[in-house]
Amino acid sequence: MTTFLQRPAAPRAAATPEAEPAEESSGLADSNTSRLSGLLLALAALCAVVLLSLAVGAKAIPPVEVFRGLAGSGSPENLVILNELRVPRTIVGLMVGLALAVGGALIQALTRNPLADPGILGVNAGAAFAVVIAVAVFGLTSIQDYIWFAFGGAIITTVAVYVIGSRGRGGVTPVRLTLAGVALGAVLGGISNGITLLNPAAFDRMRFWGAGSLNNRTLEMALTIAPFIVVGLIMAFFCARALNALSLGDDMSRALGANINRTRTVVIIAVTLLCGAATAAAGPIGFIGLMIPHIARWIVGPDQRWIILYSLAMGPILLLVSDVAGRVVIPPGELQVGVITAFIGAPVLIWLVRRSKVSGL
Amino acid sequence: MSAWTRVATPPETGVDFGPGHKILTSRTGRFTLRLELRTMLVCSVLAIAGIALALYALATGDFTLTLGEVVRTLLGQGSEQSELVVLTWRLPRVLMALLLGAALGASGAIFQSMTRNPLGSPDIIGFNTGAYTGALLVILVLGGGYLQVAVGALAGGLATAAMVYLLAYKRGSQGFRLIIVGIAFSAFLASVNTWLILRANLEEAMSAAIWGAGSLNAIGWEQGVPALLVTAVFFAAAAALAPRMKMMEMGDDAASALGIRVESSRLLLMVVGVGLTALATAAAGPIAFIALAAPQVARRLARTPGVRMAPAAVLGAVLLLASDLIAQRAFTDTALPVGVVTVSLGGAYLIWLLIREAKRQ
Repeated sequence: MTTFLQRPAAPRAAATPEAEPAEESSGLADSNTSRLSGLLLALAALCAVVLLSLAVGAKAIPPVEVFRGLAGSGSPENLVILNELRVPRTIVGLMVGLALAVGGALIQALTRNPLADPGILGVNAGAAFAVVIAVAVFGLTSIQDYIWFAFGGAIITTVAVYVIGSRGRGGVTPVRLTLAGVALGAVLGGISNGITLLNPAAFDRMRFWGAGSLNNRTLEMALTIAPFIVVGLIMAFFCARALNALSLGDDMSRALGANINRTRTVVIIAVTLLCGAATAAAGPIGFIGLMIPHIARWIVGPDQRWIILYSLAMGPILLLVSDVAGRVVIPPGELQVGVITAFIGAPVLIWLVRRSKVSGL
Repeated sequence: MSAWTRVATPPETGVDFGPGHKILTSRTGRFTLRLELRTMLVCSVLAIAGIALALYALATGDFTLTLGEVVRTLLGQGSEQSELVVLTWRLPRVLMALLLGAALGASGAIFQSMTRNPLGSPDIIGFNTGAYTGALLVILVLGGGYLQVAVGALAGGLATAAMVYLLAYKRGSQGFRLIIVGIAFSAFLASVNTWLILRANLEEAMSAAIWGAGSLNAIGWEQGVPALLVTAVFFAAAAALAPRMKMMEMGDDAASALGIRVESSRLLLMVVGVGLTALATAAAGPIAFIALAAPQVARRLARTPGVRMAPAAVLGAVLLLASDLIAQRAFTDTALPVGVVTVSLGGAYLIWLLIREAKRQ
């Protein structure tokens, strides 16, 4: 039963199904020069997407006007749209995208399960449960008010999952952590579901919060979550090397001098900060944390330091592209970004797993 | 049956096979029957608990009967009134809860064994999400009653399972690729579902969500009899496939060396697993978590090395009946959908088991 979860590393896509085993472990870019140029390319794409996110919407603003508006000149109407709506929205989107992608990379490396995503530690279920309580019991109605509830719910749930998963002699093991997360997430999800089904007003609010959206986000919210995300990122880079050792298996990494339990604790704190903050700001957005690390691994190979850097660049790309797509598909309305990410992401992931050479179980 | 030989493992080989399992074996000609004593004991205890719960469910409610009256009514000697209450109203619901719970538990065991992943369940290959999509289309777009919704759910679920199998098929289907494709495809459909619920008006969205949580409220004899017949067929097939399932847990190569046709066995197992889930979903909506939790909980109770079908099925039956009782009786004014309770109850039980397991180590 546990064989699959304990496989030493997530599958890596090779350039072609017939690739040599040696190439298999190194990904598409097999030298640091090509990895660096790929990263610069991704960052350039990210800049283009940011510009797109500022320009596209119910009222399109040409790129030149965007630059003029950012510099403080330009028409007052454009200035209002940019400063009040698009800039905060884009900044929140950037942070949420990179936080989810890096959090996903960390949790996949930690559990050594390619199916793990931040939701597996109960982040989404905990945040949703706290927001249900905020709506149904305290009668709160604005996204600003939800943010601390969501963040608190995510953190408390993750701590509980960690405590349950780390009991016993062996310390934190990936399988127990996964099962504990799934179990606790289910309990909280069931209770949230029960509360909303008995309370139509709460149901109505939750169906919109639960879809995940960047609409109506303010600069203030961005500033609220920024410190947590920065700390989480620093911790992520701090433990990237130790995660490389951890991917060799518990015994081998211990022999190499890695402190397994400390690494796991640091990683879990980082994931909680990153994903808790992201979910608090935008609601539960699935798929980015699951998919971006797979693509990053496909390009750069198994080195966690590169995977985290690439996730950092590519997470916001997928999120902002999805958000922009959501603004234009059903004019004059908008489609929630959480709905779009899977629409764009799922076909890509299926295509990837079909073309890659995955090893048997 | 010839004489039973009683074998206690671990045999005197000096190899530690973990805690000892008392096993009964019996050979007559070509056939060998192996019974694990602890598994049998767990099944019997659970079955007795199930019968006790069933009698309690038949006796209590708005109209309370004594246990003697219930038994007399079941034997055909009750009053007209008690016959109406017990045989017409309560019995179909109790039977269906047991039956569908067993179906879900068995199909969960099949999928977890096949994917060798404790997160494996028919939900993961997207069956339930697809069924929900089908049902949502019928409820929200086309409009229809119980039968139409059941047909829609069945069509959606089967189409999804077939799509996932086909997309994952490439020179043989692999457990791992199956899961990834299943996750990607169900994430995609989950987005479709979210979108369908977002664009519906509140009342319709809530009735769809209640179906989506899974409920036994609409069950009567007209649904019960066909379901009974179909499950009987599937359970017979499942029992015939169970020994192969155990062998395939050792890996494709070892199983084919032992004379198992792996690819066709996997397809058969999948058909049976999907069939059992399809039945439950069509009759009562996608009842979450029993398929996921029952095999894991049963495995820990029976202390078997892998997941086993029989204890998972019996436990699933008990779990669903108990959940349905709670769902009906917890709130006096409204009956909750049973799925809300199964998730909370199953999750809480799994957490308790994990904690206890850690203590014992």
